Amino acid sequence: MNLANTQHHIIPLRTYFRVFIALIILTGVTIGVSFIDLGGFNMVTALIIAGAKASLVAMFFMHLLYDRKMNLAIFLTAILFLVIFIVFTMFDTMNRDDIYRIKSGEINPRGIIYKNIPKNGPEHQ
Amino acid sequence: MSHPAYLQHHFSHPDQQYESSKLGMWLFLLTEVLMFGGLFCAYAVFRAWHPEMFYHAHKMLDVTMGSINTVVLITSSLTIALAIYSIQNNRQKDTVRYLIFTLILAGVFLAVKYFEYMHKIHLGQLPGKYYTYAGLGDNNPHLFFSMYFIMTGLHGIHVLGGMAVIGWVILRARRGEFSAEYYTPVELVGLFWHLVDLIWIFLFPLFYLIG
Repeated sequence: MNLANTQHHIIPLRTYFRVFIALIILTGVTIGVSFIDLGGFNMVTALIIAGAKASLVAMFFMHLLYDRKMNLAIFLTAILFLVIFIVFTMFDTMNRDDIYRIKSGEINPRGIIYKNIPKNGPEHQ
Repeated sequence: MSHPAYLQHHFSHPDQQYESSKLGMWLFLLTEVLMFGGLFCAYAVFRAWHPEMFYHAHKMLDVTMGSINTVVLITSSLTIALAIYSIQNNRQKDTVRYLIFTLILAGVFLAVKYFEYMHKIHLGQLPGKYYTYAGLGDNNPHLFFSMYFIMTGLHGIHVLGGMAVIGWVILRARRGEFSAEYYTPVELVGLFWHLVDLIWIFLFPLFYLIG
């Protein structure tokens, strides 16, 4: 067993330069698109382009495409939990008003759920 | 059986040592993603609450300076990738050269950020209760600048930390400690630096390019 012999995958130079050019072009695209009003799709477009740029950096510059897949799994796990975290927080904060509206009415003592409570119950002393 | 000096006694093979170090680094990067994730979540909530205010406040940021910094960081990601490519091909001098170039680009990034921050401080566009700027009519404009300063500030601290560790591998590379057989510290510092770039890739459109 030769302990000094470790072969790592070497990505060719032209791949690095192609990725770099793609990143610069995508930066130009995201700046250009930001001056066009796409209505609700402004943020979606910006995030898709940012996601594409991030994937290029992670796959090629960070070697995830060529690494052991465990490293990719760790990275994707981080992204997955980040998405769950943000999406579920948004479900909450964007829909809280609806819940408050339902709950905010005055309590009606004649309401159907109070019918079976005896008049001399603890609530009506 | 030959035993290279860089192989620590609790690893059986350089490959095992290399893969373990990298695995550890990725676990650390996972915690970094989640730390920034909390701030991205706060950003999403505030922007959902105040979309108009975010739109008007973002006009106070200089798109040109943000774009320059984006290109600077992407270029620095390329140069540190080339530093690793060089050491994989046993070209120590090129490695040092590319690392120094990366360090300079990191300095340029911070210099641009310094001028942006100074301008904001001068106008009183500061976080929370320190906000004194009167030019924005919307409700709670300080929230935008709170998120701006905290997120770009934490990112800036990461740039500083990245510069420190890049400086450290430059010193070690100049002493000839790295070769095509052993360059794990260069690789791990590279991973950290790419993460700093990754976070900026999201910060740039979210703060400078609200359409």
